[in-house]
Amino acid sequence: MKEIQREIVCIVCPTGCRIQVSGDDPQALTITGNECKRGEEYALKEITDPRRTLITTVRLHHAGLRRLPVRTSIEIPKRSIFPCMEVINRTEVEAPVEIGQVIISDILGTGADLIATRSVARV
Amino acid sequence: MDSFDIVVIGGGPAGMAAAVAARQMGIEKILLIERDRELGGILQQCIHNGFGLHHFKEDLTGPEFSERYIKMMGELGILSRLDTMVLSITRNREVVLINSAEGVNTVKAGAVILAMGCRERTRGAINIPGSRPAGIFTAGAAQRLINIEGYMVGERIMMLGTGDIGLIMARRLTLEGSKVIAVLARKPYPGGLMRNVVQCLYDYGIPLLLQHTVVEILGKDRVRGVRVARTDENSLPIPGTEELYECDTLILSVGLIPENELSLSAGVEMDRRTGGPIVNESRETSVPGIFACGNVVHVHDLVDFVVEESEIAGKGAARFVQLPVEKKVTSVALLPGTGLKYVVPQRVNPAKVAERLDLFLRVNRVYGPSCIEVKEGGEVLKKVKRPRMNPGEMERVRIDRNAMETIKGSDLTVEVVEVEG
Repeated sequence: MKEIQREIVCIVCPTGCRIQVSGDDPQALTITGNECKRGEEYALKEITDPRRTLITTVRLHHAGLRRLPVRTSIEIPKRSIFPCMEVINRTEVEAPVEIGQVIISDILGTGADLIATRSVARV
Repeated sequence: MDSFDIVVIGGGPAGMAAAVAARQMGIEKILLIERDRELGGILQQCIHNGFGLHHFKEDLTGPEFSERYIKMMGELGILSRLDTMVLSITRNREVVLINSAEGVNTVKAGAVILAMGCRERTRGAINIPGSRPAGIFTAGAAQRLINIEGYMVGERIMMLGTGDIGLIMARRLTLEGSKVIAVLARKPYPGGLMRNVVQCLYDYGIPLLLQHTVVEILGKDRVRGVRVARTDENSLPIPGTEELYECDTLILSVGLIPENELSLSAGVEMDRRTGGPIVNESRETSVPGIFACGNVVHVHDLVDFVVEESEIAGKGAARFVQLPVEKKVTSVALLPGTGLKYVVPQRVNPAKVAERLDLFLRVNRVYGPSCIEVKEGGEVLKKVKRPRMNPGEMERVRIDRNAMETIKGSDLTVEVVEVEG
């Protein structure tokens, strides 16, 4: 089996631990350099199934703002980021909007909802 | 003339957190003044996440973080005046403000809290030669255009500077379909947080060119390219290393400057290292009753620390209003020694530290394993170890009350001492 030897900079929090991941067996990798438990989880995931929260905007009508900030409710696979952007770029929303409101549910079958990250009144 | 117990200037996270803290101390008449059309400050355009991990123990986006504070402001019934500019502040705390509905007005404040934040350095601040075409933006201006106004700024982008906003904008522009050719850092290390280098540049394959800078901007009506040179150990361009990169947009993420015109009008003493007012342990400036917090004092990396500092200022202002004037108190200076760019607060009255004193500081270069030492003369008051430090990441040193009690009355020095592995 191919030996894994990688340094990963943790992005869970701003501390930015440099985490060493090594070993032959992907089921039993050695993880060092992380200051907290979340770093270990992140490093493992980064090797096996890298995911990110996608954050962007959608077009907004009848509001003082022209764009509504949105995010995915959970992290999505990195490879789904650009396909999701294509869907999001075709989306338009009308005010009023409540923070947390679902704009697109289960975007591209990722299991993540695209949600509003602020409230906007209708004008 | 209307009068208020506390007038807060600026409705970003610093101003809101200070106002909320003052109200929780029982201050009734608070007025917060904001020049934009809504509260929230710069966080409203910082749509990315990473806010609130310390303060709310949650990973929030900028708008989510600010909406929490806007809600608290509403629940606590704190009065705010939007679309209103403060023109000046006097030493005896008269605040002159202007808006289109009421014209010019003066209000009297028991205490003033300065929370105006900071502004971006522009091309003029870094003197890049060349012509003056369209297509040169600061990272924050590009962020506002894209995230709030809904306009794209360009297609082929060169980014100069590696501040956090710049890194985040490199990702944002890529997501919206622009090509970010490269991000240039004049120094041998990036200015922003490492996690942003990873998730904004590495994730999207955007090249990070360390020790490179723009030496000329080309183009007549619109930017058509930039000349990029390598830099030497003093961060100066090396002649003969220039290369031409074609691009239609240059984005600058070259630092932030505390916005202190109003502080100066009030006669507040400034620290040239931070670019902000000199403050003490309760964030009071050299002018009694005028407090300051957030990026107007020093530029922070994290809003969580801004909020923490602003709560100190809010409580300090509340105590100033509530307690009778005390006789002159003696304070000592905190001086940045070897290895330090600055330390905040710059003054402390040891007797007034309730439980602990948090020092916020930045080092002046990258350090390996080192200690930060707080000393009075030869005596070490506090010593903390760090595996690694860099100027882009603010450090915090906590001094307990016990240690504070040992202070004899001389100025304190804070310095970095390198240690073996």
